[in-house]
Amino acid sequence: MANLKTAEKKTKAQSMGLHTEVLTGKTQQKFFNPDEAENFFYWGAYDVDFNKRTDLDVKDMDCKEANRRIDELMSQGYGTIVIKNPQGKHSLGVGILNKLNLIFEGSLGYFGVGSIDGPMVRVNGRVGWSCAENMMAGKVVIEKNAGSCFGAAIRGGDLICKGSVGARTGIDQKGGTIIVGGDAGAFTGFMMQRGRIIIMGDVGINLGDSMYDGTIYVGGKIGSYGSDAIESPMTKSDIDWLKRKLKVAELGENFDVSKMTKVVAGKKLWNYDALEPTEKKGAI
Amino acid sequence: MCGIAGLIHRGKSSNVGSELQLMLQALKHRGPDSTGYALYAENDGKNFIMRFKVGENVGEGSTSVNEDASVYDKRKKLVDNMLSELGAKVIKEDRLTPYSFRYEMEFNDDLMEFSKKIESIESVEILSIGKSLELIKDLGDAAAVSERYGLGEVKGTHAIGHARMATESGVDIKSAHPFWGYPFSDVSVVHNGQLTNYWNNRRVLENKGMRFMSECDSELIAVYLAEKMRNGATLEEGMKDSLTGLDGVFTYFVATKDSLGMAKDTMAAKPLVLYESDDLVAMGSEEIAIRSILPQEIDTYDPFDGEVKVWQI
Repeated sequence: MANLKTAEKKTKAQSMGLHTEVLTGKTQQKFFNPDEAENFFYWGAYDVDFNKRTDLDVKDMDCKEANRRIDELMSQGYGTIVIKNPQGKHSLGVGILNKLNLIFEGSLGYFGVGSIDGPMVRVNGRVGWSCAENMMAGKVVIEKNAGSCFGAAIRGGDLICKGSVGARTGIDQKGGTIIVGGDAGAFTGFMMQRGRIIIMGDVGINLGDSMYDGTIYVGGKIGSYGSDAIESPMTKSDIDWLKRKLKVAELGENFDVSKMTKVVAGKKLWNYDALEPTEKKGAI
Repeated sequence: MCGIAGLIHRGKSSNVGSELQLMLQALKHRGPDSTGYALYAENDGKNFIMRFKVGENVGEGSTSVNEDASVYDKRKKLVDNMLSELGAKVIKEDRLTPYSFRYEMEFNDDLMEFSKKIESIESVEILSIGKSLELIKDLGDAAAVSERYGLGEVKGTHAIGHARMATESGVDIKSAHPFWGYPFSDVSVVHNGQLTNYWNNRRVLENKGMRFMSECDSELIAVYLAEKMRNGATLEEGMKDSLTGLDGVFTYFVATKDSLGMAKDTMAAKPLVLYESDDLVAMGSEEIAIRSILPQEIDTYDPFDGEVKVWQI
């Protein structure tokens, strides 16, 4: 790659794989301007060192204070933070837009590590409803069980629960991967739009109800299929991807992924019928 | 949204009054309007305990109409006269607030007829009758209600409770949970959710002779289960039947003198976190309720959709 500090604007952009040419006509595009690069950095992102480690006891803190302390520690360069005594408190570790090793020594309540973008999180306990909701990137590993709406509306990253999860796992999922080592409740993948869900155990009723797109893999029994969710044949790429993903997730060393059931959207719902052919292509 | 909590000690008694208070106080953000306790206390089991009210708490954001306190004494006198008429012998009486009472009494006849007669007195409602059940509910948070009624010292085997956010009916004691499973002694119910076929079920049950004291949808669960049990169903059978008989979203707990049960609707729309060990089962709308009495690291889980569980003491 060219030296971005000294290169011409056009070279800079092309080096980063982007366009500089101006198109006319119907197509509307906004082009990346390397001179405005600062606009693409997160406000409040800190340069942290993973080897700089500290503990934070949140026993007597409310969630706002605990989250403020995590932010302060990141601003001081701490790249590994161990949270002691979370004791089921809600909204801990939310809104972290930074690289960070975040370890919870205990369980979280609702909306734990919601709206994160980048951190690696390990919860040595259970999580309540809506864990990692709206997660953009990073990796979250839950060692025990999770409540309902696990990974609601996530856009990216890997969200792993080694135990069982409640109802509506991956509701409105828009990307990323959710992996569950145990069972999942009703309405798993409800209104899912993109991404993948892997359930190694059984799932409840209405699997993939009203899903637009994305893929769900189930290792155990399926309570029932939801509206417009259909079975699809497993391919070699599915099997290779599942093997790799489960290995990364530290799950299912001897699990036969080839016997999993693959579920996708049938795309017969009214919203598909109402679209023009060109819109259908761009809708998902 | 309301918060519910419950616990059962298996094979021993504990300070269920203070334990439930901590659990419900942790759920205060889910329901600040009123708090209710159904405590299964260490009573001698010989006499009936009747908890009843002769009026409403008109302070603390109540939606009830203000009354002159002198009417409470008049109604109490009417209750006392009725008890004599019905052959009930009052052994001990406590006036806990101007409008609520706890009577210990001897009675050996039909509870349904007894309750109908007592509740025919204007504004009088029996909150509970039982040989171990102590049902207390009032406006305010868990700590305030516990202090007002001296619940901190109550020992017993199990308990359920409710922190209410009023949505479908008024801020008053009659709409507060728990609900007594009239006319069964020692049966109580708490609920989180909304029932959408309340009036359909209520009309049917009233035609079968069951009574409703409030317009709170949650009362339907207590009456529904009581009617099932009146017709010979076990508690667990009644609860399983409720999954299809009741429409809406719900998680509810029901307690009897020696058991505690939970049921979750088939959509799993309302939260519940459960901790189970050989000697203790604790559950609540949120894990923080359980953590308030078990701060050490424990394994908890969410029951699945359509799940019914019953534990014995």
